[in-house]
Amino acid sequence: MVTAGRFSPRRLLAGDWTRPVGGLLVLALIICAIGGDALAPYSPFKMALGIRFSNPSWAHWLGTDQLGRDILSRMIVGARFALFLGLSATGISVIGGVLLGLIAGFGPRWLDAMLLVIFDTTYSFPVVMLALAVITLLGPDLGTVLLIIVIVTIPRYARLIRTSTQSIRVAEFIVAERSLGARPARILLRHVLPNVIGPLLILASMDIPGVITLEAGLSFLGLGVPPPAPSWGRMLSEGYNYIRDTPWIVVGGSLPLILTTLGFTFLGEGLRDALDPRLRRGR
Amino acid sequence: MLDVRDLSVSFASAAGRVQALRHVDLAVVRGAIMGIVGESGSGKSTLIGAATRLLPENADISGAVQFDGEDLLALKSAALRALRGRRIAMVFQDPMTALNPVLSIGQQMTDIQYRDRLSATDKRDRAAAMLSRVGIPDAAARLSRHPHEFSGGMRQRIAIAMALLGNPDLLIADEPTTALDVTMEAQIIHLLRLLRKDFHGSILFVSHNLGLIAELCDDVTILYAGEVMEQAPVRNILLQPRHPYTRALLDCDPARIPGMARILPTIGGEVPNLVSPPPGCVFAPRCQMASDICLTPPPAHRVGLGHVARCHKVGP
Amino acid sequence: MSALLEVKGLGVRYDAPRILPFAARHGVDAVLDVSFDILAGSTFALVGESGSGKSTLGRAVMGLAPFRAGQIKIAGAAMPSGGDASLVLWRRQMAMMFQDAIASLSPRLTVRSLVTEPFDIHGFRQGLRARDREAECRRLLALVGLPADFAERYPHQLSGGQARRVGVARALALSPRLIIADEPTAGLDVSVQGEILNLLRRLQDELGLTYLLISHNLAVVRHVSDRMAIMYMGRFVEMGDTAEIYADPAHPYTHGLLAAQPEIDPDKRREDVELMGEVPSLAARPSGCEFHTRCPRAQPLCTEQAPDDRNIGQRVARCHFPLVS
Ligand SMILES: Nc1ncnc2c1ncn2[C@@H]1O[C@H](COP(=O)(O)OP(=O)(O)OP(=O)(O)O)[C@@H](O)[C@H]1O
Ligand SMILES: Nc1ncnc2c1ncn2[C@@H]1O[C@H](COP(=O)(O)OP(=O)(O)OP(=O)(O)O)[C@@H](O)[C@H]1O
Ligand SMILES: [Mg+2]
Ligand SMILES: [Mg+2]
Repeated sequence: MVTAGRFSPRRLLAGDWTRPVGGLLVLALIICAIGGDALAPYSPFKMALGIRFSNPSWAHWLGTDQLGRDILSRMIVGARFALFLGLSATGISVIGGVLLGLIAGFGPRWLDAMLLVIFDTTYSFPVVMLALAVITLLGPDLGTVLLIIVIVTIPRYARLIRTSTQSIRVAEFIVAERSLGARPARILLRHVLPNVIGPLLILASMDIPGVITLEAGLSFLGLGVPPPAPSWGRMLSEGYNYIRDTPWIVVGGSLPLILTTLGFTFLGEGLRDALDPRLRRGR
Repeated sequence: MLDVRDLSVSFASAAGRVQALRHVDLAVVRGAIMGIVGESGSGKSTLIGAATRLLPENADISGAVQFDGEDLLALKSAALRALRGRRIAMVFQDPMTALNPVLSIGQQMTDIQYRDRLSATDKRDRAAAMLSRVGIPDAAARLSRHPHEFSGGMRQRIAIAMALLGNPDLLIADEPTTALDVTMEAQIIHLLRLLRKDFHGSILFVSHNLGLIAELCDDVTILYAGEVMEQAPVRNILLQPRHPYTRALLDCDPARIPGMARILPTIGGEVPNLVSPPPGCVFAPRCQMASDICLTPPPAHRVGLGHVARCHKVGP
Repeated sequence: MSALLEVKGLGVRYDAPRILPFAARHGVDAVLDVSFDILAGSTFALVGESGSGKSTLGRAVMGLAPFRAGQIKIAGAAMPSGGDASLVLWRRQMAMMFQDAIASLSPRLTVRSLVTEPFDIHGFRQGLRARDREAECRRLLALVGLPADFAERYPHQLSGGQARRVGVARALALSPRLIIADEPTAGLDVSVQGEILNLLRRLQDELGLTYLLISHNLAVVRHVSDRMAIMYMGRFVEMGDTAEIYADPAHPYTHGLLAAQPEIDPDKRREDVELMGEVPSLAARPSGCEFHTRCPRAQPLCTEQAPDDRNIGQRVARCHFPLVS
């Protein structure tokens, strides 16, 4: 990270109770993602049509779904897909957003105007229409879902970076750096980027659960990653069909979504404090 | 008019309590102009904030502030609001903070007269008359302009005009010319002197420019690190200063040093940390004359008519 | 002594953004037809009201302002034309102290990174190992009178005077010959102001620095500068020896500026103000002598014909009716 050395990991968790809780939740998510297969009591794919829709019991803590699969296991193993999707989609969007935003904010006017039109067009395009179009073209798979999410989030990130870059490029300390002879690349990477990236990282870390939910939404509409991969979104959408008789199926999809959202949000706030030297204590 | 007794203010902060003002006494008589001088951070704005009860939440005030016999610190907020803007008016360093950028100045100057039962045209006429009094040419036509259409000096004149509309008994000006050029500054000070002739209230004038104090004020209070060092009529302060801090401050001013000095005098040392101010005299750590006795609180010596210096070394 | 900096016929124009692509270009001339020399090892001061173009002139010398006409030379070598990349070597010879000291320090860097940054910029990275960096940092901080432990601080943890010192340390890092000090004491208390000015003076004596000093504060300029120029609406209206100008201003504007300074003497209160009104807009320059709208001594000629530079002894004044001849 560009701000390495100035980033203080201790501040990340220091603060009120929300920070450690956020840390624990995210840690749990990571453990499930890595060791899900070992942790899960059953294989998430093993169907047992004899025990469809069974209530929570000692054998199946969260019961089983319409195909008799253990919901707890699917929930645990689903973490891997969720985390992978959340991190990779957000990561790609952040990198793309930062690049485009810096170019728009620091580059010549005409380029800025052109990029703005592109951002605004994509941003105002309905997500579902876009998803339908892209899936029709490329077919439903993980890469397609990733692409859709990235296209949808990049304009927001790029606009954020562009606006703060524009306000900072005329700041006195940027003129001071130029007066020392610094070249544009150095100014961008060392002086502009660290001052504009903080808000974006916070926004992005809080967006990770949003990305997971977006995939859930796409799955709900049948546009997500195809079965049988255990995805919280599809558990939610499938469980929704049976919510009147067996409400616990949706729990398997929604509970981890809620916990993940909380975890990343709390941690995002910690990130904001850790990144900003002005919030650190002491003279 | 304004009587401040044993006023102390401290702010809660991460590093401890910042004791911004300690045992300040101050009296402004009716019709007089009192100047408050002090370095940055000496508590000038805090003093004004306490006198108008406009301090932030984290402030802790003790002592007494009386305005025309009324205890300001005990006043209910409704009564306080009635006082502010009417009997006590303020002018700030940055006139933009006092003016609303999206309203025309005519609008703002009539709004501020909401308590008066006058017709809208009368209010506008009063506003225009006040603007021409502060030296804005073509005032009636300019009422429809917005603040950004005026220069900094003009805005400060407008802020002064607005402050004077309520015919206040006390006008408080916190560094009203620091953001302006010398030429503008001279014009504003000149304006205040002119206004004084038919405005019968008192003025509390905060500045760190001794030249302006000399031009305008009758009495001066010298503040350092939250404590009053010396109080006297302006001639005494500038011509016969008694407190070592006042002397050092006067000596440092390049405007008072004749000719071309290669090396300018400085006070040396640093302003004390207000979380744990030094015991005894706060100026002692930087004072040339300090001795052991200065570790005890200095007494307020009366060294002349209306002239008080808080220093062990000025005693009889 | 020879001239270190030579400026001839300099003009800087800021273009206003065009609303329509083919509309005529509007703009303001922030600096107009300015010529001066600064002798090596001396201090040249620029004074004038806000907006008169002092900072713009300083920035133009560094190649930070869009300059339209004229020529700038340092030790006989002309300034290269081109962008930031071609100016790297040019900027190594000079350094700037900025008007707003705290805002001119990159907020997320420590004082250590800030003062050693010039070495990185100019490609000393390989040559300057961590230990040397530390030594350089200590040397620079000591030079400006800051304790070594300030290296760990961030800009927001500095007082106004301390931030100025860091600004000076940064300016000195690459041993420049010329320092452009833009309002080096703005917003400081008199005592701290004295410390900064004494520091600049000491560095001049020790390192033979040349200063272009920009200041509002006439009292400061009197003490620290050898020569000075008074700017009005982007032009020099008077230029000459500081002591001479203070003793006997030739231009009515200079006279008015000096008279506007309050005397620290309650017995010498001024009854009237000499310079009334304010600077006209740069977009609508008055005809003839641009100062005639405020000049207490303006004659009909002044509204019609612009005055030329006149040499009066060692001095240059742009006035039809100078106060000394
Ligand atoms: N809200 C606050 N919380 C904590 N400390 C404060 C607060 N407001 C002021 N202070 C501290 O109180 C002291 C006095 O501040 P004050 O603003 O009154 O100084 P001043 O004399 O007006 O200075 P200046 O000339 O810079 O305006 C300073 O040390 C300041 O840091
Ligand atoms: N980047 C810019 N774009 C357009 N106009 C500018 C720009 N910078 C300065 N100006 C204009 O150029 C003129 C001169 O400005 P400059 O900053 O040089 O004045 P100054 O003498 O340094 O004033 P001050 O004492 O307030 O610092 C002003 O009218 C200002 O509005
Ligand atoms: Mg203040
Ligand atoms: Mg300037």
